[in-house]
Amino acid sequence: MNVLVCISKTPETTAKINFVEGGTAFDSAGVNYIMNPYDEWYALVRAVELKEKNGGEVTVFHVGDASSDIVIRKALSIGGDKAVRVNADPKDSFFVAKQIAQYCKDNPQDIIFFGKETIDYNGAEVGSMASEMLDIPFISFASKLEENGESFIAERDIEGGVQSVEVRAPFAISSAKGIAEQRIPNMKSIMMSKRKPVAVIEPVESETLVEITHYETPPPKSGVKLFEMENLEELVRILRDEEKVI
Amino acid sequence: MSVLVFAENLKGVCKKSSFEALTYSRMLADKLGVGMSAVTIGTVSNIEELASYGADKIYQINKSEVTPFDSKQFAKAIADLAQSIGATTIVASHSSQGKSIAGRLAVRMNAGLVTAVNSLPQEGSDFIVRRSLFSGKALADYKVNSTNKVITVIGNTVPPAKSDSVSDIVDAEVTLGAASINVLETKTVDGEIPLPEAELVVSAGRGMKGPENWGIIEDLAQTMGATTACSRPVADADWRPHHEHVGQTGVAIRPNLYIAIGISGAIQHLAGVNNSKVIVVINKDPEAPFFKAADYGIVADLFDAVPKLNEAFKNVLAS
Ligand SMILES: Cc1cc2nc3c(=O)[nH]c(=O)nc-3n(C[C@H](O)[C@H](O)[C@H](O)COP(=O)(O)OP(=O)(O)OC[C@H]3O[C@@H](n4cnc5c(N)ncnc54)[C@H](O)[C@@H]3O)c2cc1C
Ligand SMILES: Nc1ncnc2c1ncn2[C@@H]1O[C@H](COP(=O)(O)O)[C@@H](O)[C@H]1O
Repeated sequence: MNVLVCISKTPETTAKINFVEGGTAFDSAGVNYIMNPYDEWYALVRAVELKEKNGGEVTVFHVGDASSDIVIRKALSIGGDKAVRVNADPKDSFFVAKQIAQYCKDNPQDIIFFGKETIDYNGAEVGSMASEMLDIPFISFASKLEENGESFIAERDIEGGVQSVEVRAPFAISSAKGIAEQRIPNMKSIMMSKRKPVAVIEPVESETLVEITHYETPPPKSGVKLFEMENLEELVRILRDEEKVI
Repeated sequence: MSVLVFAENLKGVCKKSSFEALTYSRMLADKLGVGMSAVTIGTVSNIEELASYGADKIYQINKSEVTPFDSKQFAKAIADLAQSIGATTIVASHSSQGKSIAGRLAVRMNAGLVTAVNSLPQEGSDFIVRRSLFSGKALADYKVNSTNKVITVIGNTVPPAKSDSVSDIVDAEVTLGAASINVLETKTVDGEIPLPEAELVVSAGRGMKGPENWGIIEDLAQTMGATTACSRPVADADWRPHHEHVGQTGVAIRPNLYIAIGISGAIQHLAGVNNSKVIVVINKDPEAPFFKAADYGIVADLFDAVPKLNEAFKNVLAS
């Protein structure tokens, strides 16, 4: 079974978010980047587990410049066999999806794994787009994926519940909490990852249909108003009569 | 040049997310001076109710058969309908269905895509919509340059509003192709408003000490008609079911009121809740980071404060 795991890079969760150039660019100065947690903890680990059971190959796929190599190495230390990096600064989701689709047309895969969403732009766009470009089923927000003979059974998170579906390869899947348990690479796998191949390829062109014209940070909260235990009814009244939320 | 809304249903029922999407789209269409219709797929038992939310027309696809969701099959049918009726802007809810279909529609229609939109387009000739980024730590304006556009609208962007007129309900002249997956079962918790749709949320964390103490949380939620949530360590320890976990790695919510009890307010927790309209925090530690993100706070032992707050709600709601 050959699977592709698409990984993205995001600012660390505690990074300070700032914008420069009059609110037109993200200020990456001093920001540490990590592998998107959904890609690392869930998508990659489930892909590696399937390979460990059935053989085949796990290819880690990333669109980004050379500064992403550290994130790619981490993915290889968790169990990817090889990596492909498309050498470009990703412009938008469409651009990323197009690179994934092109690679999979040239190098067919049984399953393409995505994270549920990236934690910076929270788009949940790339998986759906790439699936359409490849004309394959897409199981979104999967919290479970099991083999079932010739097919697979997946459970996907829906509002207030889960839906179980049966699907045959090739398909794409986006991974949420539950599909696998986070793995911490050990020293040996970190050493071994250094010898695994990373291919760098050039991007295919794509049209940019959407642009971000302005960024800003939301105004800070004006400060918390504290209530004593004797005054809780007043708090509830404020929630009802002033805030009008109940 | 019209607007077409995908009105999703779950088990044959259109819910608040669809009513909101229709309300938003009506406002959008009026702003652009164009028509607005909606499309449903499968049997919808409350189609009459949907018809009161302002669409000129509701197109039904495959109304004779309940078809659970398949993004591939649905995207093709919706794109075919859009083409046949000349719709150029597609609106969906930013829900599990909307998110999985939006990218596919954008590819099919060669449309610019913006997900999780939280406002109507700005005034002016360009199509510019706003959304939040970095789990609520930033806002950005997206300009869509293509003629065709696909957007998903995040919950609580506009309150659902009924219209005076009633939509025409017609059968769409498109066929639903073969399904690419086989939906086996849809399990939902009955009788409870799912977290992503809840307007009132009572959430508790490790300060609760153990699962056996959750009675006071459930009592408060019941008095308020709120849905319960929890922090990640609580779900990880199986004190509470995993679907209650809110935050960066769990569910992101935007209720009108979020009451956080015995939760420290770690940045990864805030990431999922800081778009709530009003935040109330109960914590015995006055230095807990959550107070910085809160509108109202109670510095007290939660085992005292929660039952008292419950009484206060009962008294005020009865008055
Ligand atoms: C990459 C990453 C992703 C994460 N994603 C999430 C996520 O999605 N959601 C999430 O919630 N967390 C997430 N976390 C974990 C997060 O960092 C915190 O560890 C977690 O939110 C803490 O949970 P808590 O507030 O319930 O517990 P604690 O931090 O232990 O806080 C308990 C609080 O209860 C108070 N308390 C104790 N006893 C009482 C009492 N009797 N009365 C009143 N107050 C009391 C304490 O003062 C304290 O503030 C993530 C972490 C990482 C690294
Ligand atoms: N630059 C990238 N390179 C490879 N995969 C990506 C990239 N950006 C996003 N993805 C994949 O697409 C998923 C969803 O991302 P998004 O649509 O941006 O929320 C991520 O979890 C990754 O699996």
